[in-house]
Amino acid sequence: MVIRNSILTGALLSLTLATTTHLHAATVPAGVKLAEKQEIIRGGGSEPATLDPQKIEGTPGSLRARDLFEGLYNLNGDGDLIPGVAKSYTANDDNTIYTFNLRDNAKWSNGDKVTAHDFVYGFQRAVDPATASPYAWFIEIPSITNASDIIAGKKPASSLGVKALDDYTFEVTLERPVPYFVKMTAHQTMFPAPKKVIEKFGSDWIKPGNIVSNGAYKMDEWVVNEKMVFTRNTHYWNDAETIINKVTILPIESPAVELTRFQAGEMDVSYELPNDRFKQLKRDIPDEVIITPYLGTYYYQFNTTKAPYDDVRVRKALSYAIDRDVITKFVTGVGEIPAYSFTPEIVNGFNPATPDYATWTQAERIKKAQQLMTEAGYGKNNPLKFNLLYNTNENHKKIAIAIAAMWKKNLGVEVKLENQEWKTYLENKKAQNFEVARAGWIGDYNEASTMLDLLTSSHGNNDGKYSNPKYDALLNKAKTMQDPSANYNQAEAIAIQQDMAVAPIYQYVNKRLVKSYVGGYQPNPEDNIYTRDMYIIAH
Amino acid sequence: MIVFIIKRFLAAIPTLLILITVSFFLMRLAPGNPFSSDHSIPAEVLANINAKYHLDEPILTQYFYYLGGLLQGDLGPSFRYKDFSINELMAQSFPVSAEIGIWSFLVALLIGVGCGVIAALKQNSGIDHAVMAFANLGMVLPNFVLAPLCILLFSIYLNWLPSGGWNDGAWPYLIMPVIAMSTSYIAQIARITRGSMIETMHANFIRTARAKGLPMSHIIFRHALRPALLPVVSYLGPVFVAIVTGSVIVDVYFSTGGIGQHFINGALNRDYSMVMGVTILIGTLTILFNAIVDILYAVIDPKIRY
Repeated sequence: MVIRNSILTGALLSLTLATTTHLHAATVPAGVKLAEKQEIIRGGGSEPATLDPQKIEGTPGSLRARDLFEGLYNLNGDGDLIPGVAKSYTANDDNTIYTFNLRDNAKWSNGDKVTAHDFVYGFQRAVDPATASPYAWFIEIPSITNASDIIAGKKPASSLGVKALDDYTFEVTLERPVPYFVKMTAHQTMFPAPKKVIEKFGSDWIKPGNIVSNGAYKMDEWVVNEKMVFTRNTHYWNDAETIINKVTILPIESPAVELTRFQAGEMDVSYELPNDRFKQLKRDIPDEVIITPYLGTYYYQFNTTKAPYDDVRVRKALSYAIDRDVITKFVTGVGEIPAYSFTPEIVNGFNPATPDYATWTQAERIKKAQQLMTEAGYGKNNPLKFNLLYNTNENHKKIAIAIAAMWKKNLGVEVKLENQEWKTYLENKKAQNFEVARAGWIGDYNEASTMLDLLTSSHGNNDGKYSNPKYDALLNKAKTMQDPSANYNQAEAIAIQQDMAVAPIYQYVNKRLVKSYVGGYQPNPEDNIYTRDMYIIAH
Repeated sequence: MIVFIIKRFLAAIPTLLILITVSFFLMRLAPGNPFSSDHSIPAEVLANINAKYHLDEPILTQYFYYLGGLLQGDLGPSFRYKDFSINELMAQSFPVSAEIGIWSFLVALLIGVGCGVIAALKQNSGIDHAVMAFANLGMVLPNFVLAPLCILLFSIYLNWLPSGGWNDGAWPYLIMPVIAMSTSYIAQIARITRGSMIETMHANFIRTARAKGLPMSHIIFRHALRPALLPVVSYLGPVFVAIVTGSVIVDVYFSTGGIGQHFINGALNRDYSMVMGVTILIGTLTILFNAIVDILYAVIDPKIRY
């Protein structure tokens, strides 16, 4: 905590050099004997839509990109900055110009040097309309100069506020100070891009045979829906401290299928594990079941544009009547943490204050809920009726059934469950074509605004259309504050304690199977897992 | 016969065109689009993506644009796998499904017909009951049950076979997908063969052959099998197409990288061109194999001439 604050503050206090001796690499404790064969098979979730760093969306793509590429900085398990291609950085007085000093021994897998020009090109192509990246907005968030105008086609990509002062000095200019900018450089959208290769092969540059990468690994094989095979990039600047020689990533969407691979000894680290097998696995192989907090919240969203969900009493009553302990203990049951705030506790640099209703007993909450419902004009003779929308999925269904039963029992509310296939569900939510809907959000970066921004009135994912000018103002101001915690706490208090914009249900966890002979696996809230940190113990 | 074949293939063109047109517009009717996601994309960014894939143009223009590409053998870019064209993905996945399919088809045909014939010849005996019990079991055991059962037995308990993967079709990777894929077809084929064989064995010409004292093997292989296989052949046309165009269950459980998974994922992700590509492939193969079945009919059944 102290370290992470010092780095964040360092970024703000201008001209502070951020350096650390800690590097990303496999560190094998003394006495551990390594296996002769250093090869690993990892579950990779679904097949990513692309491996082009500037176009990747979704965690399966990021997982692979972290092995193949490296940006200016990386994040460790606590969310702290670890130097990547950059050795250090400085910021000007008002924190709008960041200058990164790059190491001169960073190389692409074809032996070419990684230079500041590769970062300039990478940042520019992320916003260039010709690239059509779904993550172009990621460059807009820290307000890099002209990013918005370039995306809108008003200015050329070359006008982006990025510059190569020389081969190893990269400068980024922001339109306003953004305290968490340096942390964002760990995201693949801000990775360098090999201009020569991309110009030579076009969109085929990412395929085996063409691709060059600057991370610890290079790609040897990519068979869609079967596997990806990476081997050591011997040109990687820290190759000497990398241990695993070969990584095979299997694109398996079903946790049940992954489990069979794991049990058959054909997978070392899974992507997920099936909820319904958790208890059995925990009993049979307790050391190989790894459950850790994940930066995200599962919640129910109210459509505040529709009566009676525009009535805070109804929203509060519905939220209070949910027994989160029952949900996390008996319905999900994999170690999820009951959520009463919107921001998960695990978030870096901010501890959300406990809202008042979290301190009440469930009986007190129910009593209050019943009272609010009566005040809002609902009761036995006039029960509230609505559809609860969720995307088709067994776990969402179980949760919906349990919560609908809680509402029915305690408030007499009559709920009809409505499941829709993913894209239909998204479309209906976007069009405010729902009353109450299941939702979930995983943070894009480890800072509270990645969650709280979601409830600002102009946010594209604020499907419930919650709007409170005070909330918007607090978050807007927080963007340039040295320590925004106070604003975040006030924002939480307004959105949840006061307005109950959404009903938080639980904080996500990462649930994974890891063979006991895999060393160096470092779980973290953002699930930034690097194969280069791992090693195989003799077994 | 040649005129018949030419006619059949000419008739296939409008059929395919109707199939393409209907699928194209039906696909666009589905809510959502290839780029809708839970992370809302800013309007300008979405506009850039839509422009890149011509999704900003009127739907009729998109349709003719697609047809134009199709005439040149281009099935378009994948909306889901942004680095690949549908041609590339199909070239990678269809051979996988076809290989599993052809093996499954051969296994289903040989074992199915064999079992059916034996059951028919030993009608109402213990063998007949055993074969039919197996056939019924195969029919009620869907492949989404069979696939994990196979993995449990052969990979986890016995450790004989790899639980998944393809590795260019190395035989250990082929066995379980073929079992999962062929079992229900073995059962179907055995049942059809048995019924038809029993009927044939009671026909007058077989009685005559027997009365003449012909050896049993001669009667079965020379006289009975050909007419008995007619209903099987008409069943095999569509089965062959279904079997070589893959199964999402097999692809998902064994991570073979076949075309079945592409079809389902294509629909779920609104990968319009992928769905179109697989539909056209299945359509074309269906028309082709129905024609082949008709031709085979003429070869097997002397009463039929075109």
